[in-house]
Amino acid sequence: MSVADANTAPPPALPRRWTRARVIGHALLGLWIAAGLGMIWFLVTAWDPQFFVKYGPWYLSGLLTTVVLVTISIVLGAILSVPIAYMRMSDNRLLGAIAYGYVYFFRGTPLLAQAFLVYYGFGAFRPQLEAVGLWWFFREAWYCAVLAFTLNTSAYQAEILRGAIESVPRGQWEGAASLGLHKWLTLRKIVFPQAMIVALRPYGNEIILMIKGSAVVTLITVYDLMGMTRRIYSSSFDFQAYIWAGVIYMAIVETLRYATEWIERRITRHLKR
Amino acid sequence: MQSAWTLLSWGPQGWLDDIAYGVFITVSLALATLPIGLLIGFLVALAKNSEEPSLRLAGNIYTTIFRGLPELLTLFIIFFGLQIALQKLFQFFQPGATIDVNAFVSGMIALAFVFSSYASEVFLSAFRAIPRGQYEGGYAIGLTDGQTMRLIVLPQLVRIALPGLSNLWLILLKDTALVSAIGLPDTIRQAIIASRVTQQAFLFFGLVTLIYLALAIISSFGIGVIDKAVKQQDVRR
Repeated sequence: MSVADANTAPPPALPRRWTRARVIGHALLGLWIAAGLGMIWFLVTAWDPQFFVKYGPWYLSGLLTTVVLVTISIVLGAILSVPIAYMRMSDNRLLGAIAYGYVYFFRGTPLLAQAFLVYYGFGAFRPQLEAVGLWWFFREAWYCAVLAFTLNTSAYQAEILRGAIESVPRGQWEGAASLGLHKWLTLRKIVFPQAMIVALRPYGNEIILMIKGSAVVTLITVYDLMGMTRRIYSSSFDFQAYIWAGVIYMAIVETLRYATEWIERRITRHLKR
Repeated sequence: MQSAWTLLSWGPQGWLDDIAYGVFITVSLALATLPIGLLIGFLVALAKNSEEPSLRLAGNIYTTIFRGLPELLTLFIIFFGLQIALQKLFQFFQPGATIDVNAFVSGMIALAFVFSSYASEVFLSAFRAIPRGQYEGGYAIGLTDGQTMRLIVLPQLVRIALPGLSNLWLILLKDTALVSAIGLPDTIRQAIIASRVTQQAFLFFGLVTLIYLALAIISSFGIGVIDKAVKQQDVRR
């Protein structure tokens, strides 16, 4: 090392001082670590292989119900959201008002109230539903849950779709039109790919919200992960039932969050310089 | 069978007074949760915006936990967990004691956790929207940390965060429906009771859904008024 190098080398970093923020931060982290250790200690003392042998399959069946319910609702909701978004964006005032009302209703009221309205509310019309041959559908809590969730998520997804398509600048449409592409082709080849980049994160959030929101179906007697957890708790009186459910839900949500971020990084590679 | 109008009348024959009591519980629960949730959310956002890594990590753990759990599960964990924990604590001092945790308080705590974890993200992005020069200007004229925060940063922060927070208020209003599951006589719970007694489920659940819709519309008007007031301040500045 030459003398010049030694002169230009940066001075050694000062030792970090114990500022107030640092003390509070370490104290709070200590609290979290203590809470985590407390939970692990609780789970270790409550450890019982019988619990898993007996209730493991219950958790699995609940998890399967949740996943199937959310998957079906998201897919059906995505299909239903297309005409709603189309109506919402159309120049026809009446169609726009109908779609706006639909979206406002399903976004403005609790999912729980919608589920109750479909399951218990339509149950009050049993004779009429039997007459038109739809009673088999509304008799089953499962079908009612799928219906309520599909309608609910379709309203949210319609707004995501509309926002994404409207986020694409007008110039893209005009440029395509000046090249002689017709409207449908422009939508498919030019607007849609750009809109999906914008829509990816909201879609990911919507799936996460649906997974978390699906816990309310337990209140209309569908045994999803949450419902099974309540059953396990009422049969074992063991509080670890709820903790394991929390761990499973959090694992799903975090996985989805990281997956969304990964896909977003992947499909925006061409925008990075 | 009674007519719908009798069922929806006020008094011993009808159920309107019971439903109105439920609406009162719903609204007061949401209003009671709001300030606590805002305060915790602001503090968590401060932590996440700090230069101190340990403080940031602590804040991020908080958000991850309460955003990752379903609201209903948070509610149950707090309701039953608090009961068990307090029971253990009190039996330590006085064996044989039994504790009943108030459903309203449990609901308030659980909703405040959920609300604040989302609010912290709103506040954090608002913090990031305020340029460094605002802080530096504050320090340059000799204001302390606290004064800079209170006099310079906070007024701008509120304006930026307002749309996000109004969204969270509407979500909070809808989330209060979940407390019916732990036995609090909120709007939904009263509708369940009424429809069980009268066998008119569609009438009552339809009414309750419309009530929630009305609450959302009233909130939107209120938010519009606040928004306008804040914007006017902006112009005068």
